[in-house]
Amino acid sequence: MRTIFYLIRKEFIQIFRDKFIGKAIFGVPIVQMLILVPAVTFEIKNVRLCIIDRDMTTESRELVNQLEGSTFFKVTFSTFSEQEANNLLHKGKCDLVLQIPMGFGKETGNGNPVRIMVSANAINAVNAQLSWAYLNGVIRDYNRNIMAENTSGGTLPPVPQVQVTSRYWYNELLNYKYYMLPGVLGILVLAIGFILAGLNLVKEKESGTIEQINVTPVKKVHFIIAKMVPFLIIGLIDLAVGLIIGKLAFNIPFEGSIAILFLGSAIFLVAVLGLALFISTFSSTQQQFMFTAFFFIIVFILMSGIFTPLESMPAWAQKFDLINPAAYVMRINRMVMLKGSTFQDISTEIYSLMLIAIVFTALAIWRYRKTA
Amino acid sequence: MKEAVISVKNLVKKFGNFTANDDLNFEVYEGEIFGFLGANGAGKTTAIRILSGLSAPTSGDVTVAGYNAKKQPEQIKKNIGYMCQKFSLYEDLTVKENIMLYGGIYGLKKALIRERTDLLLEKLNFREYGDRLISDLPLGLRQKLAFSVAVLHEPKIVFLDEPTGGVDPITRRQFWEMIYEAAGRGITVFVTTHYMDEAEYCDRISIMSEGKIVALDTPADLKKQYHAASVEEVFVKIARPGNN
Repeated sequence: MRTIFYLIRKEFIQIFRDKFIGKAIFGVPIVQMLILVPAVTFEIKNVRLCIIDRDMTTESRELVNQLEGSTFFKVTFSTFSEQEANNLLHKGKCDLVLQIPMGFGKETGNGNPVRIMVSANAINAVNAQLSWAYLNGVIRDYNRNIMAENTSGGTLPPVPQVQVTSRYWYNELLNYKYYMLPGVLGILVLAIGFILAGLNLVKEKESGTIEQINVTPVKKVHFIIAKMVPFLIIGLIDLAVGLIIGKLAFNIPFEGSIAILFLGSAIFLVAVLGLALFISTFSSTQQQFMFTAFFFIIVFILMSGIFTPLESMPAWAQKFDLINPAAYVMRINRMVMLKGSTFQDISTEIYSLMLIAIVFTALAIWRYRKTA
Repeated sequence: MKEAVISVKNLVKKFGNFTANDDLNFEVYEGEIFGFLGANGAGKTTAIRILSGLSAPTSGDVTVAGYNAKKQPEQIKKNIGYMCQKFSLYEDLTVKENIMLYGGIYGLKKALIRERTDLLLEKLNFREYGDRLISDLPLGLRQKLAFSVAVLHEPKIVFLDEPTGGVDPITRRQFWEMIYEAAGRGITVFVTTHYMDEAEYCDRISIMSEGKIVALDTPADLKKQYHAASVEEVFVKIARPGNN
């Protein structure tokens, strides 16, 4: 048992003696948080609108004014030629084209339904969908206004209608930074742990020092645990650094218990480190490891639900996410930080992650060979 | 009769179709310095790796320090020291840190490690190097240190795979003095080498060629047998591929 202590001590000395790694361990989380959190956002502002107003009445002017009045839209072009509008769309000079047909004002005044046409540049599908949704919102408001006008002056009784008042729980202002930050914390811990631990073991293979370890009576379990502990601690320190930056730079709310957040990330790290060491037993060079690590990190992150909700993924992808540790830590981080979930609320995630951690670590220990 | 601490019977090691060790048979006795000679690629390193539990034999019966190499490699590892041709102390640790690490791995008490570190540094005239990184040491010093670390836990047997490769003659001489000293303490020394003058220092030598042991005796008897003036002459006569 005491040998673990000597091995861990050796790892720490080596990690912090490497000047670059020693700095990167603290530099990476700071830079990553400051760049990724504000940059990765779905918030859309200033959608460039091209208007084809064939009506030119007060009613059509009013719709355009309302659009312009919202922070989402900016009318950058106004034309009568559909061809020119399409051209602008093609060239990427505008994002949406809105056509108001002739007779728009008259028909709405009479209370008749009118069709307006919207074309969107959907190269970025998310952008197109969101600006479409914003546009719909503005038009809905406009509809309500004219309905009110039509009914107030007339003899018709007011039309009863269901009004939706929405309140966004856990992130009332729909601040994307709040949504992204817990996820970025997960990515941070994932990348640091995975790469540092894996490279560390492969480096020992490359330099031949692992032979000298393999010829000693050191137990496989001890060796693997000693490779994990330092990076587990470093990962958790990075998490703390990330949280502090989140608080100072973005004033992120923290509803739940910090202890549970760290517990979740600690188990997550064990899973990640176990997998990294397992992969490194297959790799004989640092290149080989990095190539494989890159693959896993990308897949884990993109499928974790940080950008796209798990529920909208195809069924097979959701099944894969049962063994994707990053998917669990995304949920845990978000639920604890934004919703204030307790241990009971996320116990399924915690236990699943624990199982994955045990399996990955066992694989690493099993695959590490002291006798070839 | 002296007791055999290494006993090898019909050892075969194959890598695919290639037979690296072809039916080796020999014994090494307690306290002796056993030289393992052979041209490059003769299969010396393969054999030494099997004896030290780093590689499993394909077939044959190998016993080291009383344990079976195929079934109990970890037991063997408790009783041996090992130093290989590729230098393998941690270059980014200091001399003292390396000694502390290996002492700890072999289960020595901290106080004992400290005591032996002092002794070792004293003996090697290393005092001022204690806190230097291994990467800052010249090769000769590193090799001497690596040997000292390999016998730090007073193993029954120490395996040295070309320990003096690339080292100057004076340092080689000092290195062999250290080997003699270890043998004097009762540590069995199993050493591979390319240097024929070093072979003369061994109690017994075996010569390998193309995976087989082609000669095994004391240097004196081998010279007599092959009517040669030196081990080098013996080696050239029998180890040259195609001569057997």
